[in-house]
Amino acid sequence: MLIISAESGAIDPEYLALLREQLGLNVPLYQQYFSWLGGLFHLDLGTSLWTGQPVISEILHRLPYTGSLVILAMFISIITAVPIGVLSAIRQDSWLDYTLRSGIIAGISIPSFWFAMLLLLFVVSVFKYYPPLEYATLFTQPLVSIQQLFMPALTLGIRLAASAARMMRSSMLEVMREDYVRTARAKGLTERVVLYGHALRNAILPVVTIFGMELAFLFGGTVIIETVFNIPGIGLLLINAINMRDIIMVQGIVATLVVIVLVINIMVDVLYAWIDPRIRYR
Amino acid sequence: MSQVEVTQQKVLGGRKSALNRTWTVIWDFAREKPLGAVCGVIFLFTIILAIIGPWITPNDPITTNIPDRLIPPGLTYWFGTDHIGRDILSRVIAGARTAMLIAVTASFIGSTIGGLLGIISGYLGGRVDMIMQRFMDMIMAFPVLILCIAIVAVLGGSITNVIIAITFPMIPFANRVARSIAISVREFTFIEAARAVGASQSRIIFRHVLPNAVAAYLIILTGALGMAILAEASLSFLGLGVPAPHPAWGRDLYDSMRYYYSAPWTAVFPGLAISLAVFSANLFGDALRDKLDPRLKRL
Repeated sequence: MLIISAESGAIDPEYLALLREQLGLNVPLYQQYFSWLGGLFHLDLGTSLWTGQPVISEILHRLPYTGSLVILAMFISIITAVPIGVLSAIRQDSWLDYTLRSGIIAGISIPSFWFAMLLLLFVVSVFKYYPPLEYATLFTQPLVSIQQLFMPALTLGIRLAASAARMMRSSMLEVMREDYVRTARAKGLTERVVLYGHALRNAILPVVTIFGMELAFLFGGTVIIETVFNIPGIGLLLINAINMRDIIMVQGIVATLVVIVLVINIMVDVLYAWIDPRIRYR
Repeated sequence: MSQVEVTQQKVLGGRKSALNRTWTVIWDFAREKPLGAVCGVIFLFTIILAIIGPWITPNDPITTNIPDRLIPPGLTYWFGTDHIGRDILSRVIAGARTAMLIAVTASFIGSTIGGLLGIISGYLGGRVDMIMQRFMDMIMAFPVLILCIAIVAVLGGSITNVIIAITFPMIPFANRVARSIAISVREFTFIEAARAVGASQSRIIFRHVLPNAVAAYLIILTGALGMAILAEASLSFLGLGVPAPHPAWGRDLYDSMRYYYSAPWTAVFPGLAISLAVFSANLFGDALRDKLDPRLKRL
């Protein structure tokens, strides 16, 4: 619109020049990029084109909501994935295994937004239950927050839970064929000690990697979940910014997400070395 | 028996065995992986539906018909109608076309570019490999959906741009697998032999390394399909997919968000379509992977 009115002469050229100066559009592209990159290092992501607020303060204000959601989703998927995977592996090829495996594949295939809609429909129409309206974060009002974020976190975590359970199952099956498991059984340890003391501890390693990898997906998924449940996190902020053509906000959010994912990946690598003493980084 | 007859029999026999071989391969696959085969058939059916869609939709998927809004599924409208009276069955069929066009194209381009770059990078090694892998690391630092969203946000929503947005994050995944294969193939004696007789780099890469990556390529391709369908649905759900009147499963779901408490069918059928397409693509891909190359199970 600005371009059209500028070309038709409806906007004073002097005002346009002033605006270009204000937005920093009068310097070459690479200088714009480097000044943005420089800002990144002292957490200056520029100011929003829409609200005029600094991008970083908007993001910091919204991050706790997304953070609570991701932490809860992570928690839900860990406590479901590990037992499901182990159960499916130790009862291999039973009807329980087949049921759990079908559930796992469904969990990977069903789009989270559809699952969210069906869940809401079910809960609202069968139990007449409505979660509290004003969203709270896990860090200020933990109980209210868990109550509200339980359904969003469940929908968000289901994909992660499914792929982690699948990995848990196949790695558990692999480990149970190892010699040391046979040795453990041969020396007369109870099945419980063999499974949890020997097999599980080794089988859980690749699952940790999956959690690290899928955490990036989890942050991507928050965009959708926050749209469905209308949670004021950075995902919703991103979608609103795109609709408002607020490019500075969009790049600020994307940069923040990338930094978060990178930090998490490093943490997973460290965790990996801590769980498995055979791995050493040089 | 005359000479002619014998030759004829040989020729016929030869032709028959070639056809038989194809069937035997398919039959073996079906018997070993029945679920995977069924899912392959479902996926094939979705693609056929996408191709012949415009000729079999009972109603126009785009024209609105306000008097017939939000009619429950019945004999006239099998899947019911949405909030502006469009036939949901027609929209689901027409949506298959959008989804399949985008998913198949994006997976094909993404795995091909990624695979080729991976083979070149893995075979050449050294500095080329180093630089290319750092680029791939850069792309992989982005969460897939966030990268898709960012690309569409910059380019704007159209079929081509959505395809580009979904293709891009796929490249590093295909790249990594193809690279690891090229690295292991590079050490074989036949490559050394090809180098010894003076074959050029490009000849070695395309005639000797490439054929060894075909199985992996098929696995990457089918594995990418499910992800691509899901990504397309997610983008159009967020309003960033193909532009408005164009039928897309994700957009139909988003539109139904305001009505589905009273009219659940508006949400059930498009969602079912997405789930079934992704489900069949995933299971078929898994079965194909187990059959062709069980070593790739960890992907």
